[in-house]
Amino acid sequence: MKGLSVSKAVTALMLAGLVLLPLYSSLSGNIFILTLFTRIVILALAAASLNLIMGFGGMMSFGHAAYLGIGGYAVGMLAQEGVGSGFIQFPVALAASAIYALVIGALSLRTRGVYFIMITLAFAQMAYYVASGLARYGGDDGLTIYKRSDFSGLIDLSNRTQFYYLCLACLFGVIFLIWRIVNSRFGLVVQGLRSNEQRMQAIGFPAKRYQLVCFVISGTMCGLAGALLANNTDFVSPAVMYWTRSGDLMVMVILGGMGTLFGPVMGAVVYLLLEEFLSHITEYWALIMGPLLLLIVLFGRGGIMGVLGRAGRG
Amino acid sequence: MLLVVEQFLNGLQFGLLLFLLAAGLTLVFGIMDLVNLAHGSLYMMGAYFAATFAAWTGSFVLGALMALGATLVLGIVLEVTALRHLYGRDHLDHVLATFGLILFFNEAVRLIWGPAGLALPLPAWLTVPVPILPGIHYPAYRLAIIVVALLVALLLYLGVMRTRIGMLIRAGASNREMIGALGINIKLLYTLVFGLGAALAGLAGLMQAPILTVQIGMGENILILAFVIIVIGGIGSIRGAFLAAIFVGMIDTLGRAFLPNLLRQVLSGAAASTAAPALSSMLIYLLMAIVLVVRPEGLFPAHRR
Repeated sequence: MKGLSVSKAVTALMLAGLVLLPLYSSLSGNIFILTLFTRIVILALAAASLNLIMGFGGMMSFGHAAYLGIGGYAVGMLAQEGVGSGFIQFPVALAASAIYALVIGALSLRTRGVYFIMITLAFAQMAYYVASGLARYGGDDGLTIYKRSDFSGLIDLSNRTQFYYLCLACLFGVIFLIWRIVNSRFGLVVQGLRSNEQRMQAIGFPAKRYQLVCFVISGTMCGLAGALLANNTDFVSPAVMYWTRSGDLMVMVILGGMGTLFGPVMGAVVYLLLEEFLSHITEYWALIMGPLLLLIVLFGRGGIMGVLGRAGRG
Repeated sequence: MLLVVEQFLNGLQFGLLLFLLAAGLTLVFGIMDLVNLAHGSLYMMGAYFAATFAAWTGSFVLGALMALGATLVLGIVLEVTALRHLYGRDHLDHVLATFGLILFFNEAVRLIWGPAGLALPLPAWLTVPVPILPGIHYPAYRLAIIVVALLVALLLYLGVMRTRIGMLIRAGASNREMIGALGINIKLLYTLVFGLGAALAGLAGLMQAPILTVQIGMGENILILAFVIIVIGGIGSIRGAFLAAIFVGMIDTLGRAFLPNLLRQVLSGAAASTAAPALSSMLIYLLMAIVLVVRPEGLFPAHRR
């Protein structure tokens, strides 16, 4: 068949599955699967945002989980202080993530390569320690959110199906945005910087400024995921910012296929389902997951999307 | 006065310990161009091995020596089976693969030793306070850490700068093809360097073990400090790692000890006690940010290729 590659077909199948999932859940009465997939969709959103800077921009951020925490804490802290409206909570979450990304990005982008990986990691760890020190907001133990964000009747976040569709809409919206960004002049410049920064600079593009804007956009998107995640768990704790969570996000992006539009979604679905599946088989699931990651790195070039693409070409 | 001297020595001791960890990391990065997140796992394994062997043999020193050998062997096995295949690959591949190794090691430890931590008790002769200045005593064990770490640092320096093997290591760092063409077994050299790095991490872990408990994940927080150190010191530079490690150890320890009091002078009591723990754990990251603004390549960048 021409024009319909294997990877496109699989992607379409996956997306259709995500849209129809609540139907299956209500027909089969399996509520757990809806809860599981709400989490998957939210983390897919976070992975997609990471993919924008990592896959398209070539900026290897190892501290992306910080935004999950910042978005989450914005919701949690406001709720704690009696501000329950989502119309305030969500913009604050996005703004806080954007400001953090601006500061961290401006500092981290002075470096490149492995320095950049380590610096973003260290700053995220700093955010983790700061959150652990917030005695008023639970400190180490985290903060329980007693009431989900209130969108004054427009959408009810406590309704499982509505919340799931809200998360899915956010995911699709973000992917649409990434698609527009990547194909815009701005996106082409950022991708050009990934391939050859010196050359782009020689042509006359202010490299760092472009990268910083991209970094901030990505951080803001991930902040949205953080706000959703906090609503999903009714809880936020420093643990969402722990560096292994940043590693998880990176794995999702690589596993799915870096620099592809739907790769991170695929990666999140496969990674989290695998985790769920393995943890049912054995309590020591990481014993299998760890070496599996090693094998994926060694043999699975280009992630799932890469493998599917090669299969399509036969 | 007593407190200042004691905290100063604590800072030095912590800094030297961090150096042992950072030295291995920066050596492996500088020579093999490998980012090894699992370095912290080797630190953890050193501590677990020491606790186990010390319990078997009944002797702390014997257990520590055996643990040192065991981490060396573990490092070599790790290099030969897994990490060797990552040389020359993208740094991102290193991060992911060694992230997988961390998951594996943490889970393996949980399977073998269980989720609860272990304790590594000190022998009596290491617990006595030693007079260092008239009227000032300091725990013998912490003093021993300082002495051992300084000795290792000196040996490392002499080994890398003055011996034939060290010369080969430095040559391998600047041009691997050339040294291979000259008939040196570069594979063996890399394995050796990795084993050395692992043993250094293990040494840091087993020496820290009696001060803190031996537990899963103990290597992860300290690994991030080691990252900060090599970023500050300049990646690939042992001298930079040494100075940055002492610096970070001091700032972290002194900050935690004295910042709360300093803040109390400026802020109200409640605000100070809220801000102090967060601020003192932020201190070294702020330091790193300042260094990056001034010198993006670190304070003592190794010779760039």
